[in-house]
Amino acid sequence: MLDEELRGSLTRKIAGIEHPRELVVDVMFALQEHYGYLSDEAVREAAELLDMSPLEVDEIATFYTFVYREPVGKYVIHVCDSVICWMGGYESLRDHLCRKLGIRLGETTADGLFTLLPVCCIGYCDRAPAMLVNRQVYGCLTPAKIDEIVAKLKDSAHMSGE
Amino acid sequence: MPSNYPQVLFQNRKPDRITTLEEYRQSGGYRALADVCKHWSPKDVQQEIMNANLLGRGGAAFPTGMKLMAVAEDAPYPRYIVCNADEMEPGTFKDRVLIHADPHMIIEGLILAGFAARAEEGIIFIRPEYENAARILEREIKIAREAGYLGQNILGNGYSLEIVVHRSAGRYICGEVTAQMNALMGKRPNPKVPPPYPTEKGLWGRPTVFQNVDTLACIPHVINNGAEWFKGLARTATGGGTKIFCVSGKVNRPGCYELPLGVPLREIIEEHAGGLPPGSEFKACLPGGASTRFLSKEFYEIEMDFESLRKVGHRLGTGAVMVFDHKTCLVAATLNLIEFFARESCGWCTPCREGLPYIRDLLRRIEEGEGREEFIPMLERMSKHLWSAYCAFAPGAVSPVEGLLTYFEDEVQEHIVQRKCPLK
Repeated sequence: MLDEELRGSLTRKIAGIEHPRELVVDVMFALQEHYGYLSDEAVREAAELLDMSPLEVDEIATFYTFVYREPVGKYVIHVCDSVICWMGGYESLRDHLCRKLGIRLGETTADGLFTLLPVCCIGYCDRAPAMLVNRQVYGCLTPAKIDEIVAKLKDSAHMSGE
Repeated sequence: MPSNYPQVLFQNRKPDRITTLEEYRQSGGYRALADVCKHWSPKDVQQEIMNANLLGRGGAAFPTGMKLMAVAEDAPYPRYIVCNADEMEPGTFKDRVLIHADPHMIIEGLILAGFAARAEEGIIFIRPEYENAARILEREIKIAREAGYLGQNILGNGYSLEIVVHRSAGRYICGEVTAQMNALMGKRPNPKVPPPYPTEKGLWGRPTVFQNVDTLACIPHVINNGAEWFKGLARTATGGGTKIFCVSGKVNRPGCYELPLGVPLREIIEEHAGGLPPGSEFKACLPGGASTRFLSKEFYEIEMDFESLRKVGHRLGTGAVMVFDHKTCLVAATLNLIEFFARESCGWCTPCREGLPYIRDLLRRIEEGEGREEFIPMLERMSKHLWSAYCAFAPGAVSPVEGLLTYFEDEVQEHIVQRKCPLK
């Protein structure tokens, strides 16, 4: 359930504008941040806040790449598979990531830390091959660099007590 | 290699940080706005931009002045001016670099375009992968507001404008303006077929002008230096201004280069982007993103301008030059591009939704050695069908396929005859 503070801040934000629906992406992002993903409950809450039907929210939610309608890990890795990264070695990096994390594309590690997803061109072709982790970009990737990034993320998860 | 060409959009670009408001001002920033607020009418601004031959940099190359003029004088209010920073064309990263280089140049351009259309509400629509850029823009908009460049009664002119940053949640089609309109209004972002055009009935039925990031960044310079100066920046008679070319793929120095429109392709690749890596030979490039057609070596000397490419049946698109070398299989590259389009299609209309997976399947079979002679005419026919799709997405999507069949049919044939990819 939403805490009163988040509900209050979203309600105020929505009240301040003429067309509430225009905030649908912002509201979905806020609820996703709160729940870890956009749960069915979150879809209903977004709909209520924005005076839309849950179906109307869902048809938008399912359209977008960065709205997750299923549980995802603490770190969502989006590996760019578009043409420049592909030419720069995407396939072997993807295989390396899969082996390293023990999952396939679209899956989440058993410890709930990592979700691995492909993504279309992220606009970092000057630093290909590239990927995003929770929307932070990592470019000029090599297997060694990926190992380093994954190790660092694991460390910071452990430090925050996960 | 530092460029010897005039740097207009990148004049304040720094290796590691953005240009501050103060630095932008020192370089002449916000002088155009001050001047316009004192001496210009919206019509004057429209006309100057029209005279400058400024064509939209987002890929469609529509004349910017004409778009501003399309908002009728007696059109209703509020009117909207939208900066399209949903840069999702594969290979394109100029907007990101420009926002990180000089955000106030874009903000000033947006205010001037807003003034020309008498828009009171400004929106910057930005893709989620550019969260850092979105934060920079939000911060700098606040700074511009505190300096009196935004808000009520800008510089005593009576004109008022507010700008908000609208974050998208990521989908290629949102870069298409009618889809972007739906996205902004909180609807599923399927495109719509005009008329009515957004300049007549856009957001919430009000006139709305969409402009790309670097189109807007050109406007302060057009106002400051005049249309003739701007036209003179281009090396061709039909061009206007410089162009940020983003070069990627098989080159030594991938990156953004601000060069005159009309600079030869060879020069962009060999001089500015440092040529191909040792052992690589130029085979082809896409001149302006994924939805343009491959250029083969025979076009190596072509002047990279909207008109010169149009004349030979090509498009400059976003000016994103993606270079492929002789060791890269173009069937596999085209397959990758089609995978992108098949995934990003909004699925609204049948030719796009059904046609792209069909083409993908044919290309995949050819790449995997299961191709047959008749697949080539099938690819040609299916590519033609995609021209009858609802919006420009599908004709763009088949551009690499058309380029492949026009210039590299031999390579496709080899796959079919050898029953394998000859480059594997």
